[in-house]
Amino acid sequence: MDLLYTPSQTQFREEVRAWLAAHVPAKKLASFDTAEGFEQHRQWEKTLAAGNWGMVTWPKEYGGRACDLIEWLIFEEEYYRAGAPLRVNQNGIFLLGPTLMEYGTEAQKERFISAMASGEEIWAQAWSEPNAGSDMAAIRCRADRDGDDYVINGQKIWSTRAVFADYAFGLFRTDPESSRHHGLSFILVPLDSPGVTVRPIEQLNGLPGFAEIFFDDVRVSDFNLLGGENQGWQIAMSTAGFERGLMLRSPARFQQASRRLVELYRKRRNDILDLSIEDSVVRCYMDAEAYALSTYQTASRLVAGGHIGAESSCNKIFWSELDIRIHETALSLLGARAEIEPETAEDHAELGTWLDGFLFSQSGPIYAGTNEIQRNIIAERMLGMPRK
Amino acid sequence: MDFTFTDDQLAFRDSVGSMLENEVTTASIRERWTGDSGENGDMLNMLNEMGMNSLLVPESCGGLGMDLVDFVLLADACGKAALPESIVEDAVVAGGLLSDLLASGQHTDQVQELLGGVAAGDIRVGCAHIINPYSNFAHRKDWMLLANGNDVHLVPKSDLKFTALKSVDPSRRLQKVDWAPSRKTRVAEGEVGAGLQRATLNRGALAAAAQLLGLAQAMVQQAVDYSATREQFGKAIGTNQAVKHLMADCAVQIEFAKPVVYRAAYTVGVAPQRADWAVSHAKTAAGSAAELSARNATQVHGAMGYTWECDLHIWVKRAWALAKEWGDAGFHKNRIHEWLLQPNALLGPEFTFGKRYIDHSDSAAA
Repeated sequence: MDLLYTPSQTQFREEVRAWLAAHVPAKKLASFDTAEGFEQHRQWEKTLAAGNWGMVTWPKEYGGRACDLIEWLIFEEEYYRAGAPLRVNQNGIFLLGPTLMEYGTEAQKERFISAMASGEEIWAQAWSEPNAGSDMAAIRCRADRDGDDYVINGQKIWSTRAVFADYAFGLFRTDPESSRHHGLSFILVPLDSPGVTVRPIEQLNGLPGFAEIFFDDVRVSDFNLLGGENQGWQIAMSTAGFERGLMLRSPARFQQASRRLVELYRKRRNDILDLSIEDSVVRCYMDAEAYALSTYQTASRLVAGGHIGAESSCNKIFWSELDIRIHETALSLLGARAEIEPETAEDHAELGTWLDGFLFSQSGPIYAGTNEIQRNIIAERMLGMPRK
Repeated sequence: MDFTFTDDQLAFRDSVGSMLENEVTTASIRERWTGDSGENGDMLNMLNEMGMNSLLVPESCGGLGMDLVDFVLLADACGKAALPESIVEDAVVAGGLLSDLLASGQHTDQVQELLGGVAAGDIRVGCAHIINPYSNFAHRKDWMLLANGNDVHLVPKSDLKFTALKSVDPSRRLQKVDWAPSRKTRVAEGEVGAGLQRATLNRGALAAAAQLLGLAQAMVQQAVDYSATREQFGKAIGTNQAVKHLMADCAVQIEFAKPVVYRAAYTVGVAPQRADWAVSHAKTAAGSAAELSARNATQVHGAMGYTWECDLHIWVKRAWALAKEWGDAGFHKNRIHEWLLQPNALLGPEFTFGKRYIDHSDSAAA
């Protein structure tokens, strides 16, 4: 155990910090759930890609820097420190990208990864259906083989980023006789295909962060099948593993939020009567720190050639509940002013983005597998409790 | 940056862990409850043979000169076994203070001789701290390290008077220690003494935190096992989501307490000036995980969990005691709170690790 950064890791941090200082837009971008903000964020992805900072862990031929996970954590720490824009292509770069590397053919990698890394193509996910939410194996949306094509019919819902995205990836039933997790395939669908209708769904903040996607005889080439036909479930589980695991919510995000929370607390504490506030602030700080320590521990193990264990299913519960607690505590510190949507510069200075973050935090225990499902997974796969 | 244990460290943990699993049976623990000393002499010998007494003692005194990162997994294993003997506190807290005294050149000859005796298993030294009103197994020690104001005293058993108190945990043998400080027994004073006591508190809290981690895991394991065999409504109770989620909640707390405890062990060794916050976080997180595990494991056992016969309470009661020994949650959260209020406290990811974590300076070149 050696918890010091190596000179090259420290140098990498400085390099990241310097590049971000020179390139992060001075003015906060509009939300990527607006048409204007989406394009701004796409431009930012292009800027990142031009500097080879789009996805530092990727191989160099795909625009990456072949960094290890410790360097990735350092990059993320500097990224959040700099207040750089959120990643509009996170479905692509964090979820689909690693899956493509593992299961894609050379031609598919060639076709999709560079365009993803460069921000040319932004990805949405298309997992859930009206009757297949937590029970994803209940998927009914069909992709019927027709020569070299699939013909897709059905509906997806809660598709994050689908309103403005270029492509969606998801599971479709390719064997009409199959049931449950058999007979599903992992298919990449251009959202401008004839027969695709995207109906935006407004989220809690009033913006269309996700959508319903209707497929009406949508033709997709079988080039877009990832992995084997009817092998989609296994591939999707690996995607879900990445999502729950390290990549989706890097600890720096919560450490920066808890640092801002402590600053807010120092300012506001003498006006607060709630007796639990001290305890909440201390817990938020400790838990953000614990999440970082846990991530470094896992990253160290993986860098040393180990595997991500079943205990990684604890991650999602921990960060999503932490995120809610951080924002609840911040709103408690803001008191009755917490409900104000900041418009003036004064409001922005005083209220920051806490309300926005609070609304988003409400989704954490729900998406990427509800926390109830996560608890079942922990009980059954990590602790070995009986299923039936 | 390497936040892993070496293969040697893991192998040592496994060998101590399997010895404890075989030898510290619940029947043998219950036997200790009715014995005079509360200890098992064979176990003390076995622990000594495995090197538990000598591990942390400097090589110059005949020890192995290993550090708390080497020891933290062993302390976890002792917690898992609900080992009644106070080997973890003796090695980490008393041994640590003696080593500090040696390093600071205080009473070198006497300390060196004592450490040599400790490493050989011939002499037993305990250590009390004012944060704890009583001292576990003090009556079984040949020497006690005691505090009087800033001063630290090393007092032979013959000068100590013990009054036994009954703990909720029958494995613990608490003693109120009465003694009279004298210049003859004083081994450190003033600022030096205060610094030694602060380090002692951190080592004690770390030792408790590591054992609490082990206790928590053992309690969850017992409840999980029970839930797979106990049937109601024609199926194992462990198939019910309500039961699963009780256990999953414990697992989450335990998983996120582990690296915190490991970092604390590292910090006490390499950056004692940063240890207050790392240790307080560890004690709070491990204490909370163990208390939740105690409550939920008892709940999963149903009425059996409320009986003297069911072995679970061996672990539950130890968790209750250790969660409050060496500073309760209030004490440790307050240490963190005071630090968070300091305007110059540097927070955020770049201070979680690395040289800036240790130096606590905001120079990128550091």
